[in-house]
Amino acid sequence: MSADTTTALKAKFPQVTDRPSSDHPAVNVPVADLFAALQYLRDERAFDLLMDLTAVDWAEGVSPRFTIVYHLYSTSSASYVRVAANCANDAGPAVPSMVSLWPGANWHERECYDMFGIKFEGHPDLRRILMWDSYPYHPLRKEFPLAGIETPLSDPEITQETGTAAIAAPMAGGPFVAAPGEINMTEGEPRAKDESWADRRARPDQTELRQVKD
Amino acid sequence: MVTANTELGYNSKIEGDVIVSRADAVINWIRTNSMWPMPMGLACCAIELMAVGGARFDIARFGAEVMRFSPRQSDCMIVAGTVTYKMAPHVRRIYDQMAAPKWVIAMGACASSGGMYRSYATLQGVDRILPVDVYVSGCPPRPEALLDALMKLQAKIKREPSTGRLFSA
Ligand code: SF4
Repeated sequence: MSADTTTALKAKFPQVTDRPSSDHPAVNVPVADLFAALQYLRDERAFDLLMDLTAVDWAEGVSPRFTIVYHLYSTSSASYVRVAANCANDAGPAVPSMVSLWPGANWHERECYDMFGIKFEGHPDLRRILMWDSYPYHPLRKEFPLAGIETPLSDPEITQETGTAAIAAPMAGGPFVAAPGEINMTEGEPRAKDESWADRRARPDQTELRQVKD
Repeated sequence: MVTANTELGYNSKIEGDVIVSRADAVINWIRTNSMWPMPMGLACCAIELMAVGGARFDIARFGAEVMRFSPRQSDCMIVAGTVTYKMAPHVRRIYDQMAAPKWVIAMGACASSGGMYRSYATLQGVDRILPVDVYVSGCPPRPEALLDALMKLQAKIKREPSTGRLFSA
């Protein structure tokens, strides 16, 4: 059934290619065909449920930088398909909105816009959904530090009253992450990836580190 | 009912029914036993806050069972949960709307210090926007820990001058 789907999709949209995947069938679709391909999957192949919609930032300087990913589910055949599309413009990525196909895409697209800064053309109400409206950054972009960048709070009156702002979080000792390759989390303990150096100053060399410890 | 008791002034044989105290002690005694919380439940800690209000732990034993969702009627804000930077101005505004005297309990690691959320989105401790009276450790704290914090706050209030907080921010 699902191999069927990708074959049929590729027959209908010749530019569609297979995408490496370790679980469900997956395809790469050019942005120009994205809306038509998803509409085809929904109407002809009964992928009636949009499970998830997210994006990947492949890092600054990489082109294409942003890839948008849709996970579709068919409630009649109980199968999944993953559709990915590379955004054409690395500086101002934009893709068509899918709200007209699945109303549930509305908040997913707002979140994706909030976190990655990808514009969804035709979205009825493309506002930030997690961060406040005047927040200037897109936090899941690769160049954005986990600790954050100092930004005034959304309410000027409260900012004045409390004299505080959204500051960069103290990262001393963290974040704690598993080293790449350590898939088995029960055996590989997460290690501290000390970003406190990266926040303010360059990481000192090893001799300096040792001196601090002695 | 309060009546003018002229006898009290000169009858040295009078016994019982008369209590002489300081106004501070009386006012603070009244305050400590009727502290209406403002349940600022923002994340998982709020579930424990609900447990404190339930029958098993029963915060009513300390006179603080009347959870007021209107800041105008509450005395003690219990910040139970993760305060995001998006929420922070609203928390402060609700605190500003509470009538003085007012107190704040920071419940749990998140409210006290940002907890495990060392990130761009989380306020690193509610004491950056509010004056906190009692911090409660734990993630989440046991309901007993919150009751302990309430008792600590009561002890603190009993030591305060009763008019000291009337005009505080
Ligand atoms: S301290 Fe723990 S339980 Fe409480 S809000 Fe934070 S994460 Fe949740």
